[in-house]
Amino acid sequence: MMTSGQASPLEEQVAQWRAYLRRRRAINGPDVEELEGHLRDQMAALAEAGLAGDEAFLIAVKRMGNLDALSREFAREHSERLWKQLVIAPETGGEPGKATRTEPLVVLSLAVAAALAIKLPALFGLRMDPDEELDVFYWRNASFFVLPLLAGYFAWKRAVRPPRAVWLAAPFAVAAVVVNAYPFADDSDTLWITVLHLPIALWLVVGVAYVGGRWWAGSERMGFVRFSGELFLYYALIAAGGGVLTGFTMLMFDAIGIDAGVLALTWLIPCGAMGAVIIGSWLVEAKQSVIENMAPVLTRLFTPLFTVVLLAFLATMAWTGSPIAVEREVLIAFDLLLVVVVGLVLYAASARDPHAPPDFFDGLQLLLVVAALVVDVLALAAIAARISEFGFTPNRVAALGENLILLVNLAWSAWLYAGFLRGRESFAALEQWQVAYLPVYSAWAALVVVAFPPVFGYR
Amino acid sequence: MELGKDLVAASATPLVLAILAEGDSYGYAIIKRVTELSGGHVQWTDGMLYPVLHRLERHGLVAAKWASSESGRRRKYYRITTAGRTELAVQRHQWQVVDSTLRSVWMKACTA
Repeated sequence: MMTSGQASPLEEQVAQWRAYLRRRRAINGPDVEELEGHLRDQMAALAEAGLAGDEAFLIAVKRMGNLDALSREFAREHSERLWKQLVIAPETGGEPGKATRTEPLVVLSLAVAAALAIKLPALFGLRMDPDEELDVFYWRNASFFVLPLLAGYFAWKRAVRPPRAVWLAAPFAVAAVVVNAYPFADDSDTLWITVLHLPIALWLVVGVAYVGGRWWAGSERMGFVRFSGELFLYYALIAAGGGVLTGFTMLMFDAIGIDAGVLALTWLIPCGAMGAVIIGSWLVEAKQSVIENMAPVLTRLFTPLFTVVLLAFLATMAWTGSPIAVEREVLIAFDLLLVVVVGLVLYAASARDPHAPPDFFDGLQLLLVVAALVVDVLALAAIAARISEFGFTPNRVAALGENLILLVNLAWSAWLYAGFLRGRESFAALEQWQVAYLPVYSAWAALVVVAFPPVFGYR
Repeated sequence: MELGKDLVAASATPLVLAILAEGDSYGYAIIKRVTELSGGHVQWTDGMLYPVLHRLERHGLVAAKWASSESGRRRKYYRITTAGRTELAVQRHQWQVVDSTLRSVWMKACTA
C-alpha cells in the first residue's frame, strides 16, 4: 500500500484522469467510477509487484487504452447518451460554469415569457377568437412578442454590458413606437408591408446580440448566418411535432365529446409558436454538431432542384410569352424565391471549405445564380412596366427595392463565382461579400417600415 | 504472439461468459483471469472490456450489481444469467465447430 506522503500527488493525477474521462460525453458517472476502480486495482497490483506509485499509474493508464478509442466504444454501446447529454448540457470543453447550469432555467423562463407575451393583449380585451379575424394589434406587434426576448437571451449569454445592451434595446423601442403610433388606415397596404418588413429589420438586432454586440469585429457574422438557417430547420421540426401534438389533442378530446379546437387555436398554437423560437435557438446553440451536417446536405439536395425549377420556368415563359402578373402575392412569391436562392448561396458558402478547389457543385451554384438573375430581371421589368403605367404604390416600390437589392447581390455573387471557377478569386471573397451584404437587407426593411407609411399617406 | 483484433473481438463474449460461469466477478478480475488462462497470449486493452460487459448486460446475458469491495470502494460485480448460460452453450458449440473444422483441414495438410 502507498504511504500518505506519496499518495497526494498521485491522487491528484488520478483526479485529473477522472476529470478527463468525465468530459467524454459517452461515458457517464457510474462508468467513470467503474473504470477508476479498475485503474486503482491495477495500480495496487503493480505497486505490490514493486513499482513506485507514479510508475504504476502510468502503466495502469496505458493498459486502460487510448481514451478516444475507449469513448468511441462506449459511444457505440451507449449511443443514446450522446443525445441525452447534448440536451442536458451544452458542449463546453471545460468545467461546467455557472452559465451552463443556469442556462436551462433562463431559457425556460424566456420561453414561458414569450408564450405569455402573446396572451398579454387578451388581458386588455383583445381576445383571440377563432371565429373572428385576429385583431390588427397582433399583426402590428408580431415582431415584439418574441424577438426582444431572443435578443435578450443572446445579450445575457454573451454577457453584453449595459451601454451596449441599451443600444440593442433602442431599436425595439423605436420600432414599437413607430408601428403603434402611425395612423394606418384599416387593412391598408402600408400596414401589411410594415408587418412583413419589421421582423427582417429587427432580425439584424438579434444578430448584433448574437455576436455579443460587436457586429463588425471578428468572424462571428457567418456564425449568425448559420444560426439563422439552423433555427429555421429546428423550428420546422418543432412545428411538425407541435402539429402532431395539436392533432392528437383535438382527436382525444373529441373522443370524449369536448371540442378542443378553441383551446388549440387560442392557446396551444400561439403560445407554442412563440416559445418554440426561444427553445429552438437554445437547441441550435447547445448542440450545433447534431444539425450542422444537415445544412450542407440540404443545400446540395435543393440547389439542383431549384436550378431545374428556375430553368423550367424561364423556358416556359420564353415558350408561351406570358408575362409575370404584378399582384402582391406574386411579388412576394418572387421575392421569396430569390431569397431562397440567396439563402442557398449563403449556406453553400457557410458550409464549404473555403480552401477546397472548385468542383461540379460550384458550377451548378453559378448556374443557379445566373438563372435567378434572369428571373429577377424579368420580375423587375414587370414591376417597372406596371409602375410606369399605373404609378407608384407602396407594394410595387417595396418589391422594386427588394428586387434591386437582390439583383445587386446576385450579380456580384455571379461575378465572384465565375472568378472563383476560373481560379482568379478565392472562395473567401464570395463569403465576405455575402456576409458584408447582410445589413443591407435590414437597412432596406427598416427604411420601408419607417418611411413608407408617411410617404404613401398610410394607405 | 498477439491475437488479431477481429479474433479478440469475436472471442470476448464467450470468454467473459465462461469466466463468469465460474463465479461472479468484476472487471479487473476478469482481465486478470483472461491473462492467466491464456498464459499471457490474450491481452485485452483493459478499458475495452467495459463496453463488452455493458453490451452483455443490455442483452440480459449478465446482470450487474454495485457492492462494496474489500478496499471499501464501490465495485460493480457481474453475474451470468440463465440466458447467458444458454448463449454460452451456443457459442461453445459454434467455437467447437470452428475448432474441429480447422483441426481436420490442418490434419489433412500434415498427412498429405
